[in-house]
Amino acid sequence: MIELVKNTKIDFMGLKKYAFSFSAILVILGIVGTVQIYRGKANLGIDLAGGTEIQIKFQKPFAMDQIRALLAQAGHGDASLQQVSGENILFLKLRAVGKQDEKMVAEPVVSLLRQSLPGNPFLVESVSEIGPAIGHKLRQDAELAMLISALAIIIYLAWRFEFKFGVAAAIATFHDIFAIVGIFWILGIEMDLLFITALLTIGGYSLTDTVVVFDRIRENIRLRKMKTFSGTINLSVNEVLSRTIVTSMTVFIAVITLLVFGGLVLHNFALALAMGIVVGTYSSIFVASPVVALWRGEKMTEVKR
Amino acid sequence: MKSITGRITLIALLTAVSIIVLLPSLTDRLPAGWKDRMPKINLGLDLQGGVFLRLAVEIDKAIENTSMRYADDARAVCREKALPVLAFQKIGEGGFSLRFPPGDFATRAQAILKDEFPSLDVSLGEVKADGATVIARMKPGEIQAIRTNAVVQGVETIRNRIDQFGVREPQIIAEGEDRIVVQLPGVKDQQRAIELVGKTALLEFKLVDEGASLEEALKGNVPEEDQVLYQKSVDPQSSRATKTPILVKKRALLTGDTIKTAKVNFGNQGGGAHVSLSFDTRGAKVFDRVTAENVKRRLAIVLDDTVYSAPVIQERISGGEAQITGSFTPEEASDLAIVLRAGSLPAPVKVIQNVSIGPSLGLDSIHKGVRAALIGAVLVVLFMAFYYRFAGMVADFALVFNILFLLSGMAAFSATLTLPGIAGIILAIGMAVDSNVLIFERIREEIRAKKSVRAAIDAGYEKAFWTVVDSHVTTLITAVILFQFGTGPIKGFAVTLSMGVAINLFTALVCTKVVFDYLNAKKPMQALSI
Repeated sequence: MIELVKNTKIDFMGLKKYAFSFSAILVILGIVGTVQIYRGKANLGIDLAGGTEIQIKFQKPFAMDQIRALLAQAGHGDASLQQVSGENILFLKLRAVGKQDEKMVAEPVVSLLRQSLPGNPFLVESVSEIGPAIGHKLRQDAELAMLISALAIIIYLAWRFEFKFGVAAAIATFHDIFAIVGIFWILGIEMDLLFITALLTIGGYSLTDTVVVFDRIRENIRLRKMKTFSGTINLSVNEVLSRTIVTSMTVFIAVITLLVFGGLVLHNFALALAMGIVVGTYSSIFVASPVVALWRGEKMTEVKR
Repeated sequence: MKSITGRITLIALLTAVSIIVLLPSLTDRLPAGWKDRMPKINLGLDLQGGVFLRLAVEIDKAIENTSMRYADDARAVCREKALPVLAFQKIGEGGFSLRFPPGDFATRAQAILKDEFPSLDVSLGEVKADGATVIARMKPGEIQAIRTNAVVQGVETIRNRIDQFGVREPQIIAEGEDRIVVQLPGVKDQQRAIELVGKTALLEFKLVDEGASLEEALKGNVPEEDQVLYQKSVDPQSSRATKTPILVKKRALLTGDTIKTAKVNFGNQGGGAHVSLSFDTRGAKVFDRVTAENVKRRLAIVLDDTVYSAPVIQERISGGEAQITGSFTPEEASDLAIVLRAGSLPAPVKVIQNVSIGPSLGLDSIHKGVRAALIGAVLVVLFMAFYYRFAGMVADFALVFNILFLLSGMAAFSATLTLPGIAGIILAIGMAVDSNVLIFERIREEIRAKKSVRAAIDAGYEKAFWTVVDSHVTTLITAVILFQFGTGPIKGFAVTLSMGVAINLFTALVCTKVVFDYLNAKKPMQALSI
């Protein structure tokens, strides 16, 4: 039998001071990030903010400065350019200027480059243009989706567990989501619809880990293995530790291959998922159960099914 | 199901059906009777390349255009009847007012207009010392008809254009009250397709006003019944575009809705392409009259407020044929012919979302996605076999079924596979073995508690069951919500993830258990490599 962790007796509850401080930092970061998103100060993808994205593959290497100057002349001085080294690929991102301005700019920009760089023919690999109105609508849809999943998760937990456990699991789940938003925001990584998809997926997945731990706590209370509630939590977390780690690891392996081999489109998505799995595993051990203990006290009353 | 044979038969049957359903999606080298009868996995636009357009139908503009056309006609009628219009004003949605000098002008105008325009509500407005107004509004039924027609007819017209352009399996659907979504998979000439879809293509024949001064008009003194339009021309040598202003009568003598056919011709001199039109009977009659009345005057051919040419009418044209010349490339001429044949859009549209993926990028995404999925699957399989040994291999065996059933399920529902959808498959692979991890860890605990192998296995499956269900439900909740709210590619993710997780409930619980049961059937296992 290969075992990653064997008969551990880690005092998880004893670590809760450090865990709570660490989590508080993550969550505060996330809340600040969320506020900044609403203030329009975050690096939002064009599908949420509106704008234009063009991917161009040149035949020969190109000079970024030259292209930047060309765009600036055409009034796109704020364009963000990104180069894929070795492949002569250029990513061009133009933000939507205002709510009223729904003019499509991809075609003029492409013709400008074609005319100005006659010696370096290129292929337009993809164009994505989203008017601010649609960006706004997609964003509203995303918000609604998050709200409904939050409600659905709480209803599910309320049905599955006693109230305090449900709330604790929900807190752990939102902790994870805020943590990822916070990390993405502070690192300035672009947040788009796929990122929101990743957040929802993380929400669903990290809940699983929490439920595994809660199931065991419930069972151990019934079996009266420990005298105190904190003791029961410590025992339960230690008992399921290898499960928690191994299940997270298999998904983590899958997500890392996605991150490494999935290409540029899926890169940030996979990154968010990978972070989410790590944070989700951490929170099911260090956030969910201690919150229950804090709230419930040391009473060893049975948990209703 | 208790019987081992029963379960094995079920799995074998499902496998056979899955293979039959799935194979047509994977290869073309199958008998036609099989290949054509089976549903297939669709590739999303992001994988096969193509264009996704979301159009906003500018219904208000259509209503305004119609009411302004009525206003122009009404003023023309008033001129004919010698009723002097002092002022004109737009009012509200689909309405306008005309002011007449004191006297009975307004009452007479009201009676005449009421007669001439049955689709307008014409009423008498304020009467003041310096004159009286007549207020005309389009009837609510008329406005409603424009509203519905704008989207329904718009979808129809765009479909017509796309069919003539030649796109395999285009999707053109109305969305809400004022949007149209157009999906054109596999289109290579994307900019051309976008222009073809988005052009209003309102063709009008208008007389050039040679009596009034163009210079004065450009300074802002445009005669009441005139407008300034521009003729664009491209110099073939320098490829520089120039715009020439032309003063034309606002009122169109003939519009494109009377066109029967339009086709591309190549002229003898210079070889430039032009488009020949032939009118239907009504159009031919009007064209005949118009040309007869205006010999030696210039007639501007206007498409979407751009003058294409403004030739002098040399003689009366009775054949019902006309030509549009201009500096067209053959593609431009062919597209122009298409839009003229398909007719104009009832209301202008604005592209509010455009996602165009080149075919090479789509292919690249498939390669990357499939490679990532394969590597992910292999790594997960190796990890399970390494960590849980024999039991891990049993889980791997179930994983193969999981993937097979997932793909054939997608084929059965003709689901669309997108790049995030491939990501969903990879994620589902990672989560699929989780169920078995939960079960195996439980079995290990039971074995440590000195239970017999057989009892440990049974207890492991039984006790882990609810945990497994929990983990699936939470993931399914979010996947279903994503499906409801997601756009195309993200829907693809929700589909693969939710189907993968749902199927996993069967494969992880049933397919693995039957292996252990089979091994235990003859003689209880003494040891389990787990």
